[in-house]
Amino acid sequence: MSTTLVFMESGVDELSQQAVTFAGQLGGDLATVTFDAAEAYAPAAWAQTLVEVAQQRGAGAVVAPGTDRGNEVLAHVAAKLDQPMSANCMSVTPGDPATVIRMRWGGSLLEEARVHGAPVLLSVAPHAVAATAASDVETVAVSASATAADQVVRVTETVPASSAGVSLADADVVVSGGRGVGSAEGFSVIEELAALLGAAVGCSRAVTSAGWRPHSDQVGQTGTKISPEIYIACGISGATQHMAGCKGAKRLLAINPDGEASIFASADYAVIGDLHEVVPAISAEIRKVRGT
Amino acid sequence: MNILICVKRVPLTGGKITLTDDEQAIQTRHLGFTVSPHEECAAEEAIRLIEAHGGESVVLTLGPAEAEEQLRDMMAIGVDRAIHLVTDGGEWDPQATAAAIVDAIRADGMAFDLILFGNESADAGNYQVAVRVAYALGLPVVNGIKGITADGGNLRCEREVAGGRDIYAVPAPAVVSVLEGINLPRYPSVPGRMRAKRKPLAASEPPRAQPRLEMVRLLLPEGSSKQAEVLGHGPDAAPRVVEILTEIGVI
Repeated sequence: MSTTLVFMESGVDELSQQAVTFAGQLGGDLATVTFDAAEAYAPAAWAQTLVEVAQQRGAGAVVAPGTDRGNEVLAHVAAKLDQPMSANCMSVTPGDPATVIRMRWGGSLLEEARVHGAPVLLSVAPHAVAATAASDVETVAVSASATAADQVVRVTETVPASSAGVSLADADVVVSGGRGVGSAEGFSVIEELAALLGAAVGCSRAVTSAGWRPHSDQVGQTGTKISPEIYIACGISGATQHMAGCKGAKRLLAINPDGEASIFASADYAVIGDLHEVVPAISAEIRKVRGT
Repeated sequence: MNILICVKRVPLTGGKITLTDDEQAIQTRHLGFTVSPHEECAAEEAIRLIEAHGGESVVLTLGPAEAEEQLRDMMAIGVDRAIHLVTDGGEWDPQATAAAIVDAIRADGMAFDLILFGNESADAGNYQVAVRVAYALGLPVVNGIKGITADGGNLRCEREVAGGRDIYAVPAPAVVSVLEGINLPRYPSVPGRMRAKRKPLAASEPPRAQPRLEMVRLLLPEGSSKQAEVLGHGPDAAPRVVEILTEIGVI
């Protein structure tokens, strides 16, 4: 059995560990490759080092977490080796060729595909598998290639974010508005409820395309992926673009005047009504309960 | 500066995806089409950079004859001309796609200072065509960019990461893939649409290589078996909503 290398992204421990568990589906030996966290990120250099480790060990597969950096480094490996790469896999069946189930449309659709390459290059869709404790995994600590050509593109500086309010990605409660809000000003009722709940404000792509809210508020396939305890979606129809961003929510409360809206098919709780009446009523009820 | 933007025609899927009987494609009989969102922003970014620095913009797509609609849309917001690599509409894998784009860039002959992609297409989401094109052309590449500033021969590129923004200084010519949110794309004007009809479009039919990432079939994820609990209609539902929020522990 040949070795499978797993690229471990520092700071993304859970998703990296999921990639190790996923790689177990391939059979054979497992070796994790960890880069020195103090080195500046340089995707081509990291990929070059992975290629060298893979060649030294005759690796049959290289697996990475399906993160921004995981997908990027693996794409560089694929380009350097001129081998196919399958991004955001849910599962793999080893063989010649290997067969994968992978995500399309941010997970709204799946694809069965054959990967005609060696080594097999796979990134793992976040939360496709639960991480389990792995034994008999060799750990390989490396420094990235210092070759000038591989260091042309690297992080030269990191500018800290101006801390403002509750982060959408990490919020326990998110209150979002969609096209049904009707205007930028209409978001005042959403903001009021969010403030009462200590929640982050989100929105759908229709809202950012209209310029009512900044893109940083967008929940969706091309926006932020959220995983709150409860997601309150107001005036959002439930397009696949949006649902790809909120499928990590533990519970979904949808407020929509159209009882046939597709969002209700994914909701735990439904209120059928106009958000401009329902949301202020919820805020008023919270104040009443709190006696404020 | 001369900028090439690579875009992909994708369906507007709405709330529910349905497959064709052979499971090879999404049933699009009742759907409209658009440019993949990240790429729409790539075209807007190209137009802004050229408004600031001068030069020519070219939009390229690999797709069926109908994808001319998306090329005209991009020319309607200001792109100067188009290259259409016409396919029969079937799936092209990332390696074949990249190879056809590289051939088209060489055949076009223009010296591009910047080749823009979306970070990943909305449909296939392969996260690799930009990188493959860059390697084939021997150019530097950076992905997931939400800010580009041209500074002499360098491009200052910004990427959001946990806790801030990473800065890359990339020497041009370069390949950059961008994310939605880098800008808010403009809508085409009526005169823009009229002008777009007369802008040059070069079409050719590239040969398709055997896929090495071979799509076998599409499948729908297991549907949620959820049956939403209706908490009420209109504002009268508020007390029940607050009970639920209290049960969950968020109030």
